Amino acid sequence: MDRHPARADGYYEKVGLMELIRWQKLKRVFPLLLAFSLLLSGCSLTGTEPGPLDPRGETGQEQLTLILLSTGIMLFVMVVVFVLFFYVIIRFRQRKGDNEIPKQVEGNHKLEIIWTVIPILLLTILAIPTVAFTFGQATDYTEDPDAMLVKVTAHQFWWEFEYPDYGIFTAQDLVIPVNTTIQFELTASDVLHSFWVPALGGKMDTLTGITNKMYLKAEETGVFKGKCAELCGASHALMDFKVVVYTQEEFDAWVAKMQEPVVVSEDVARGQEVFKSKCMACHAVDSSIPSIGPNLDGFASRQVLAGYLPNTDEWLVEWLTATQELKEGTTMPQVPLTDEEVEELVKYLRSLK
Amino acid sequence: MSQANVHSNGQLPPQPERATLEGRNKITGFWLFLGGETVLFGTLFGAYFTLRNQTLNGPTPQELFELPLIALATLILLTSSLFSVFAVQAMHRNDLGKTRMWLGLTVLLGLSFLALEIYEFVHYVSLGHKFHSSAFGSSFYALVGFHGAHVAFGIGWLTLIFLQLKRKGLTTVTAPKVYLASLYWHYVDVIWVFIFSLVYLLGKVAG
Amino acid sequence: MANAHAVKRYRGIMDWLTTVDHKKIGKLYFGAGAFFFLLGGIEALLMRIQLMYPMFDFVSGQTFNELLTMHGTTMIFLAAMPLVFGFMNAVVPLQIGARDVAFPFANALGFWTFFFGGLLLNLSWFTGGAPDVGWTAYVPLATEPYSTRGVDYYSIGLQIAGIGTLLNGINFLATIINMRAPGMSFMRMPLFTWTTFVTSALILFAFPAFGIGIMLLTFDRLFNANFFDIAMGGNAVLWQHIFWIFGHPEVYILILPAFGIISEVVSTFSRKRLFGYSSMVFATALIGFLGFMVWAHHMFTVGLGPVANALFGVATMLIAIPTGIKVFNWIFTMWGGKIRFTTAMTFAAAFIPSFVMGGVTGVMLAVPPADFQYHDTYFVVGHFHYTIVGGVVFGLLAGTFYWWPKMFGKKLNEKLGQITFWTFFVGFHLTFFIQHFLGLWGMPRRVYTYLEGQGWDLPNYVSTIGAFLMAISTVVLLINVVITTIKGEKAEADPWDGRTLEWSIASPPPEYNFKQIPLVRGLDAFWKEKMEGKKEMTPAEPLQPIHMPGPSILPFMMSLGLFILGYGIIYHRYEFDNAFLGMLFNSKFVAILGAVIFFGCMALRSLFDDPGYHIEVEELQEKEVRA
Repeated sequence: MDRHPARADGYYEKVGLMELIRWQKLKRVFPLLLAFSLLLSGCSLTGTEPGPLDPRGETGQEQLTLILLSTGIMLFVMVVVFVLFFYVIIRFRQRKGDNEIPKQVEGNHKLEIIWTVIPILLLTILAIPTVAFTFGQATDYTEDPDAMLVKVTAHQFWWEFEYPDYGIFTAQDLVIPVNTTIQFELTASDVLHSFWVPALGGKMDTLTGITNKMYLKAEETGVFKGKCAELCGASHALMDFKVVVYTQEEFDAWVAKMQEPVVVSEDVARGQEVFKSKCMACHAVDSSIPSIGPNLDGFASRQVLAGYLPNTDEWLVEWLTATQELKEGTTMPQVPLTDEEVEELVKYLRSLK
Repeated sequence: MSQANVHSNGQLPPQPERATLEGRNKITGFWLFLGGETVLFGTLFGAYFTLRNQTLNGPTPQELFELPLIALATLILLTSSLFSVFAVQAMHRNDLGKTRMWLGLTVLLGLSFLALEIYEFVHYVSLGHKFHSSAFGSSFYALVGFHGAHVAFGIGWLTLIFLQLKRKGLTTVTAPKVYLASLYWHYVDVIWVFIFSLVYLLGKVAG
Repeated sequence: MANAHAVKRYRGIMDWLTTVDHKKIGKLYFGAGAFFFLLGGIEALLMRIQLMYPMFDFVSGQTFNELLTMHGTTMIFLAAMPLVFGFMNAVVPLQIGARDVAFPFANALGFWTFFFGGLLLNLSWFTGGAPDVGWTAYVPLATEPYSTRGVDYYSIGLQIAGIGTLLNGINFLATIINMRAPGMSFMRMPLFTWTTFVTSALILFAFPAFGIGIMLLTFDRLFNANFFDIAMGGNAVLWQHIFWIFGHPEVYILILPAFGIISEVVSTFSRKRLFGYSSMVFATALIGFLGFMVWAHHMFTVGLGPVANALFGVATMLIAIPTGIKVFNWIFTMWGGKIRFTTAMTFAAAFIPSFVMGGVTGVMLAVPPADFQYHDTYFVVGHFHYTIVGGVVFGLLAGTFYWWPKMFGKKLNEKLGQITFWTFFVGFHLTFFIQHFLGLWGMPRRVYTYLEGQGWDLPNYVSTIGAFLMAISTVVLLINVVITTIKGEKAEADPWDGRTLEWSIASPPPEYNFKQIPLVRGLDAFWKEKMEGKKEMTPAEPLQPIHMPGPSILPFMMSLGLFILGYGIIYHRYEFDNAFLGMLFNSKFVAILGAVIFFGCMALRSLFDDPGYHIEVEELQEKEVRA
């Protein structure tokens, strides 16, 4: 139970094991449980942020329709079973002193036909839209001129995004325009991962050696979380990314900025030297070329650092000095850096806007 | 659980392998086992058909397979299967000598099949078709080699029965053993027919 | 009879190592299964502690992955299945009026291979890390260099344990086909026997696929094969197909026997015959059959295309129909009955709504586009724990309280039983209900931690509390077992007013089960006799000496041989620091030693026939008088 460096500055609340068994903590839980069941019946049934139950994209909306339809049918089934069940276990308990032997019933054909046919009907109601949406969501927009193509490559434990139409390689932040169908081509470089943006719609595995296709369409601007949903190693839980949905104008501006050549100012020249000698083997800073590690063009403007940390100077220092602790098993080795080199490097990386 | 397994007068019931509950259990169980074996080989066939085109830089099935050799191996194995039928028939006639003779011949043919297969594998390896040279190599040797291991196990089993028959003679205890080993041998033979047609013939024709 | 008692009968530990008696093997399965159940439970608790708070760091991501893999693998292969086998062994021969199973020797071999396989798998904790790739062991993560040596323990350990499972499947099929008492037609078999039959068939046709799968994985990891090596032409999806062709039937292998237990318990404690017996049998067989047709619903997001997804989705929905038939039949078995809420019945009753909740989410998951959102989230974790805990474990616990008197001759304490039930029931729903919502709120499964501020903190905390309630429940059950063993009331032959044959003989039954094989005259054979005022079954044979199979150490030795062989293979090219060890393993000496022991014992078994021994009529009568 080493001290997690991610809590070094108290960013995350510190909780000790001993607190688990403190009665006072437990005592607080019981009202919470009550409150929780109330919450469930209340407003937060859809969760605290956009997700499958509160989608912000067309695909997710369709999926929500099916989720609600199937939930509705299944709730009906459950209610029928529960009502029968509770009636039976209350009504037919053995009373004291009643030792009469009940009538031995073999069965009842009428009843058995009813509870065979009704489920078949219910399942048919569910199966028809299921098949329709299954085929609908398999549409390939690759040839559609209005759609935009993004190639996604999953790595242990980060995401690479390529925009072939614009010649841009980037990582971790997937920037897309609103109300545009985005056709994804997904693959992986090492093990299997799964590409998931809960708020826009799920989900497609990224397989090694195979390219999968799916599309998403965001209907609202904003920043949404993206996740890896397939166990991929020690830091699977930290393999997050962000989806930044821009208006068309904002998106065009972002593209233009990314396509501009990187200009290095004088005051970060030393940092650039350090970068060239220690980092350049894996990281490019020019979005027009792919690289082994995440492409760092536009790094300073990214939502988060390393997929899950706040993108601040302090955390960047932390990341550079305790890489393996912050992301166990990451392919980025612990690069030996002096304090001064770290400082210069941070300045340089901060200039990559 | 009848105790009719010792026949001091040397008489055998007409179907000695089914004369006792133990014998009947063994036969039922063994048929079921063969059902499971079918899934084993089915899975290996599935893997082979998924991967057989992944030859990388190695030789393809067309370049590799030499049908005359395979045909000879097939003939040998089919004949050995026939011999094991003769062994069971001899057993039904309560003819210990003939039973052992046919069993012995089955083993000999089994050994020659195995020798041919080993020769074949060595030859392939010299051509660059190895277990670890490509996915095709892995799936080929896994499937055909798994069958070869079955043949080897069968040879060992038949030999054990051949040996113990001499001491124990034909009884309602030994009869099911002869019957089951023969059943197993037929099964291994049937699998080979599938390998012959789906791996070798199809490999030669369709690649 | 000159050969009476000619065979040595062992005592003490040797008795347990050499036994071929299905009742003792049942107890061995039960004990070992319970041990692994505790182990898997502890692994679950450690995970739940880790997930109690956001960014908690009780265990590392690597350790968490090992825990989640071992929890799943242990619970399915080493806990649930052996417990199921425990009941099959203890009950099925009695229910069909047989003296033993068809292959007592193979039965013992099945137990010992399972035991040594499980042991091997768990030893990985002490040799550089348990498998860390999930129980599904998806490649390429499960190949080198992405995972630890633990995966070798996974593939070899399960290979060895799988041999035992396959043997068991064959054994029970042959037993049920060949060894039913006179009059016990297929349509008079108790439902637990029926579900055992179908489960065994599923084992027979599902396990070999997995055996080949893990064999190929072993080849890839230890012998440079390329089945799953993409660069060498291998295919990652092939593994998923092989795994799920086995993996989906596997969940029915677990749940069907639980259905059987529930059917027995509900019928007994409602004092009614099972409602719609023939449709129950039909539904069982249909579920077993459909179980093989739906494996790709685990792979909707793999990109198989809309045709496959739609077909497998609709096929999956179909399973709801026979399952629904079963649920309504149970409810209508209770309808009009006189229900006695013993602990066994309480668990069986609670099973019904709990399992239905797991079933309906199963149908929801069968909708491919919706599954794109559910897949690999906590929704799935909630779903399958509702079926496996709410279904299988509730069934096993009902069976435990129901058959304990028959197996061990003493009744478990009912008061403690009720405590076990309520803590388990509440703890179970507290743990897993909320997990459906966690999934719908975007929490993927198999994550060792999560950031705060996503609305997941409180639900995870609640879930952990529930897990601890289940742990308390398990401790109470253990206390119950200890107390019962020490000073529990002795059970009568028929403590629950049972309906099937196992209740017509003493608790625990004598080694030969039935002094005379009974004549079966209908469904619920014993109940039928009781209703006609008789106290026991009508015998179908005269009193005569009973032939019993002799004990043997060979099953134990063969499994030990496989265990050594397994170790030899895992380390056959490992670079040891210790030169001596290096020589032993790298020269393949260890592997060859193991193989020689295994095949040598096999040859011994073939060459030296087991004469068995006889129990004479006088001894049978003597026992009768004493009882």
